[in-house]
Amino acid sequence: MLKDLFSKPKKKKYATIPSERDKQDIPEGIMSKCPNCKKIMYTKELDKNLKVCLHCSYHHPMASFERVESLVDAGSFVELDSEMVTVNPLDFPGYLEKVEQDKLKAGLNEAVLTGTGKIRGNDVVLAIMDSRFRMGSMGSVVGEKITRAIEKADELKVPFIIFTASGGARMQEGVISLMQMAKTSAALKMFSSHGGLIISVMTHPTTGGVSASFASLGDYNLAEPGALIGFAGRRIIEQTIREDLPEDFQTAEFLLKHGQLDAVISRLDLKDKLTNILDIHIPGGVWK
Amino acid sequence: MIGELEFERPVVELRKKIDELKNLTKDADVDLSEDIERLENRLQKLEKDIYENIKPWDRVQIARHPSRPTTLDYISHLFTDFFECHGDRYFGDDEAIVGGIAKFHDYPVTVIGHQRGKDTKENIRRNFGMPHPEGYRKALRLMKQAEKFNRPIICLIDTKGAYPGKAAEERGQSEAIARNLFEMAGLTVPVISIVIGEGGSGGALALGVADRIYMLENSTYSVISPEGAAAILWKDASQAKKAAETMRITAPDLKELGVIDSIIKEVKGGAHRNVKEQAEAIDMVLKKSLSDLLSLDSDELVAQRYAKFKQIGDYSFVKQFTGVN
Repeated sequence: MLKDLFSKPKKKKYATIPSERDKQDIPEGIMSKCPNCKKIMYTKELDKNLKVCLHCSYHHPMASFERVESLVDAGSFVELDSEMVTVNPLDFPGYLEKVEQDKLKAGLNEAVLTGTGKIRGNDVVLAIMDSRFRMGSMGSVVGEKITRAIEKADELKVPFIIFTASGGARMQEGVISLMQMAKTSAALKMFSSHGGLIISVMTHPTTGGVSASFASLGDYNLAEPGALIGFAGRRIIEQTIREDLPEDFQTAEFLLKHGQLDAVISRLDLKDKLTNILDIHIPGGVWK
Repeated sequence: MIGELEFERPVVELRKKIDELKNLTKDADVDLSEDIERLENRLQKLEKDIYENIKPWDRVQIARHPSRPTTLDYISHLFTDFFECHGDRYFGDDEAIVGGIAKFHDYPVTVIGHQRGKDTKENIRRNFGMPHPEGYRKALRLMKQAEKFNRPIICLIDTKGAYPGKAAEERGQSEAIARNLFEMAGLTVPVISIVIGEGGSGGALALGVADRIYMLENSTYSVISPEGAAAILWKDASQAKKAAETMRITAPDLKELGVIDSIIKEVKGGAHRNVKEQAEAIDMVLKKSLSDLLSLDSDELVAQRYAKFKQIGDYSFVKQFTGVN
């Protein structure tokens, strides 16, 4: 613009010299603030406590690989289908760019990590969703990876454990993402009819098409404390029924109260409780 | 024409004009037959243009037409001896889903479908065709009953989606839908689903895990309503028209995407123009489809159904490792 010629951007007329106070400031990442109780703690200590707040037990979101570390016997995890990537089935404008951004941001190829491993010596197949990638939404790759993981569990005759964290179906894949609900549920039915053991652990958040498919189909449906779990979004429900919803609506505790879960389990106890269930079903359920 | 839609207005107006001229020749002593013939030719061309190039958003309007035939309309035309069964045996009877036993050309079947109302009173009773968990559980109960008596199952899909309400969540909307997907995948009898109006999200899919899936030409099937998609994607529900195009929700789209088996042609202007004729078109497809499926044994049925859904999805592979670190 011509105007720009006359009004040059003003240059800063001073230099910034780091003050003593700034130097004493804590480098980013050393401390973490709990969004629930607002208290500050060492990130290292928080991580050591499996990202459960040391003061109020708030469960911070966990990356999929952190989950593997927290549960699976060291060195036993072998990833499945790590090279499967998203394409754009509907030619949805801007979709692949968003996927690429999340790949860099989260260091993942897609919103679910699948693999085989051992939990205290028990062989299992795991699928772990990661809400940092497109809100953990389910498109073709998520549906296919989970289906293949279930088929792997069927082939190896070992239990299948899924950790869900998802906003639901992936809008940009339209009806194809809807059909992933049918695909994954059909795989679980096949696995189940062979006697396979299914454990679903719902973590924050588990909603929409994911909650209305594999997340709800465990022989044992568990959840982490405080996790948001539900089919329709809170705002949509409030607009539809025109009344305020209770504060604990669609939390893990709410679902437990209404008979939708077997148990709400703290992340700190999860490995013990999973081992407990696995031990009772070894070897991997009653196989037909 | 009753209940005309925006996109067909040119046809309606031209037809009105022709009728006017016809009346004029009757009353007055002028011969306009040449003009009338010319206009009628034009009408034919215009009808062809308009009805053969219906835009996605116009199809949405047809699918939502208040007088579009519902499940019960088709049941009375397609089946005989319909006996409606109520209740899920746990909580109640959800009138947003109807189901029962009937005969299709003397062959016993189970038929289940979403049911919306045609006026406000009926819509309130039917909850606008948006089911609660007990609706899905009733449907599942009837499917299991069909399996016991070795009857094929025919599902008619016509819902905006599962009802987003407090009670629905408390009673396990998610679990009810998931359970239907799970159990339908294993049914040992033929299952045929036909989308007759709107196929909205998980609420539609809960009657949709079938061996054959058909859509009426002007029906839609989608993961979310165009309004909902626009609100989420562009934070603007008024962009629903654009969403209807981008999300690919029409019968021709789903055929192309390989999600449905085939499209059932509609009578010109939409199924509401002639229910009987529309039912006949459905009847032909059902007959063929049933006789194909009845030739398969139960293991083949389940295996083919599994393969059918397994192949839906699009992905590729790269040789790189950015996974677990």
